[in-house]
Amino acid sequence: MKPLSIVVRTICNIFAWFVAIFGAYVIIHGHLSPGGGFQGGAIVATFIALLLVAHGGKRFFEWVKMDIFTAFEGLGLITFVGIGFLGLSTTFLYNFLALKGGLFGSPVTIGPNAGILNSSGTIALANMAVGLEVVGGLSTIIIFMFLGMRYVMEGGKEGSEDDK
Amino acid sequence: MSWQVHLPALVLSVPLLGAFVALLMVKPILRNLWFTFILVATTVLAFLLWRRVGISGTMVYVMGGEKWNLTLPSGMALPIRIIMEVDAFGAFMILTGSLATLASGLFSIRFLDRVHDGNKFVALFFLLFTGMLGLEATGDLFNFFVFLEIASVASFGLIAFWRDSPEAVEASFKYAVLSIFVALLFLIGVGILYGIYGTLNMAAVAKNMQVGFLEKVALVLFITSMAMKCGAVPLHMWEPDAYGQAPAGVSCFLVVVGQASLYGMFRIAFSVYGQAFQGSVLAWIIIVFGLLSMFIGVIMAVIQKEAKRLMAYHCISQTGYMLMGIGLGLLALSSPQAMSEYGFTAMKGGIFHIINNAMYKGLLFLTAGSLFYATGTTELDKLGGISRNMPYTTMMFAVAAAAIAGLPPFNGFVSKLLIYESSFVVHPFLAVVAMVTSILTLASFVKVFQSGFLGPSREELASTREVPLTMIVGMSVLCLMILGLSLMPNWALSNLIEPAARDLVNQASYIQAVMGSGL
Repeated sequence: MKPLSIVVRTICNIFAWFVAIFGAYVIIHGHLSPGGGFQGGAIVATFIALLLVAHGGKRFFEWVKMDIFTAFEGLGLITFVGIGFLGLSTTFLYNFLALKGGLFGSPVTIGPNAGILNSSGTIALANMAVGLEVVGGLSTIIIFMFLGMRYVMEGGKEGSEDDK
Repeated sequence: MSWQVHLPALVLSVPLLGAFVALLMVKPILRNLWFTFILVATTVLAFLLWRRVGISGTMVYVMGGEKWNLTLPSGMALPIRIIMEVDAFGAFMILTGSLATLASGLFSIRFLDRVHDGNKFVALFFLLFTGMLGLEATGDLFNFFVFLEIASVASFGLIAFWRDSPEAVEASFKYAVLSIFVALLFLIGVGILYGIYGTLNMAAVAKNMQVGFLEKVALVLFITSMAMKCGAVPLHMWEPDAYGQAPAGVSCFLVVVGQASLYGMFRIAFSVYGQAFQGSVLAWIIIVFGLLSMFIGVIMAVIQKEAKRLMAYHCISQTGYMLMGIGLGLLALSSPQAMSEYGFTAMKGGIFHIINNAMYKGLLFLTAGSLFYATGTTELDKLGGISRNMPYTTMMFAVAAAAIAGLPPFNGFVSKLLIYESSFVVHPFLAVVAMVTSILTLASFVKVFQSGFLGPSREELASTREVPLTMIVGMSVLCLMILGLSLMPNWALSNLIEPAARDLVNQASYIQAVMGSGL
């Protein structure tokens, strides 16, 4: 598919970054506010969808390779299982960082408050791992849907092999 | 505290790690080594788990808890965390499943050279492995649903792995629609129980269970969904397609995955409902499912001309034996006298048949796979006379076919005999159907053996070679298991089968392992 008009592309160039940052926000605040790794990852993946629609497949595949999304998936999931294994001295998936101080272990104050970002122990790490995985996975799905759509609309050869 | 208390978690997390690391493997040789390593490691863990359950009784594991056995923190009326619970029956299923998976994995290694993205195959394979083991290790209803979904989604991909063939895609789509339907039925059942009892833990639900109308609705949903998923007869339409079209190593694997949903059915019938459910309706429903599956499965199998499709129909028919055996056990559950008269024997037969079926049915699928690998076809009309070219495959096929037909020295005979004996006590008709099924099974495998392996050699198959070493190793794992179970049926019965049957019947100990005796 051809790139859309310059108006659309410019708007996309500006707003795509906001989408990505909002997605990262949802992932990082997963343990405090609605959302989390999956939801935030899905928002970040719309960034990929936006780029694909506005700029077309040809330019998109000049910027990124499919392999990077597979790597995202693999790394995210390995991190998640790794967090599980690290807690194994107590139990699998034990929250070994909570209440230990440091970056992830602040104690939680009782009573109404705005939420303490670094209080969750391994939950935040797991959310980020899931976020990374969902970015990779959903982007792969979006890209394959895009390639399939092109295949149907242009009635021609499947684009997957020569675009990569 | 030895590290072995973590076994219920390790047996799930090691294949999970295997799946994710496999995605990042750059070289095929590294990937194959990793594949083999994780397969063997998980099988060893499953064996250790089975040993430990045999020594120290039902194991529980609290995921992410402060202590692995802190199932019920003080002051709580209900367990709050996700709990794994493995009793002897679960451990037996895990061991059976891992052995069959080991064989199908070893067999599949050479298939990976022929596909263009082997990493994804390995990842899906291990996800399915995790899903299957999770179904058998979990003590939580919702978690059961989650693992059901993991196993289903992974098997969609694996069944359609030859995605260039439209039949494979069709089979996978059929299976996808069915699995999602099954999972939703199951989820509604879980929702009903959660609404009533406020907990998802199987043991806690079982402790508080008082069977009323809604509980019966939930039970219907559970039994229907699990019967659909394991391919009992009125609900079997997906199975020949899925098992016939999947790569052979995967078909062998799907047999044990189907048995995991069978496990779910029995777990819910015996451990969650158990004594609370009065009357024999449920038991008779399961027995009738069994009868229908046995007979209709086998008469459909006799007329098939394609080896893998034929075996898939046999899979339905063998599931019938397990359903009938354990259904008879359920029938006898409320009366100790009936239990000692026929119930326990029937359960032993049914449970023994589970491991037997996993071994010989798996081996049959693998031999069909090696026929396909060597000749490019599994159509019986196009095969013939390859016993000289493929002596190992032929020998293993003969062993497996004799075992599934229940010929006397083999393990299939032992389990079937137990089922005949016990079902005869309840009603002779049951035993007659089981025997006729067995005879028809023999007939159809004689047909496969004759037209596939024996006979004059064909010119177009003259250059056929024996399959590579790793495939033979994969097949011999199962072949050795069959021979072992055949030579030592008494050892197997007293060490493998009886503890499993005893724990399945003993609902009180299942509840006590989680809820403790205090409440």
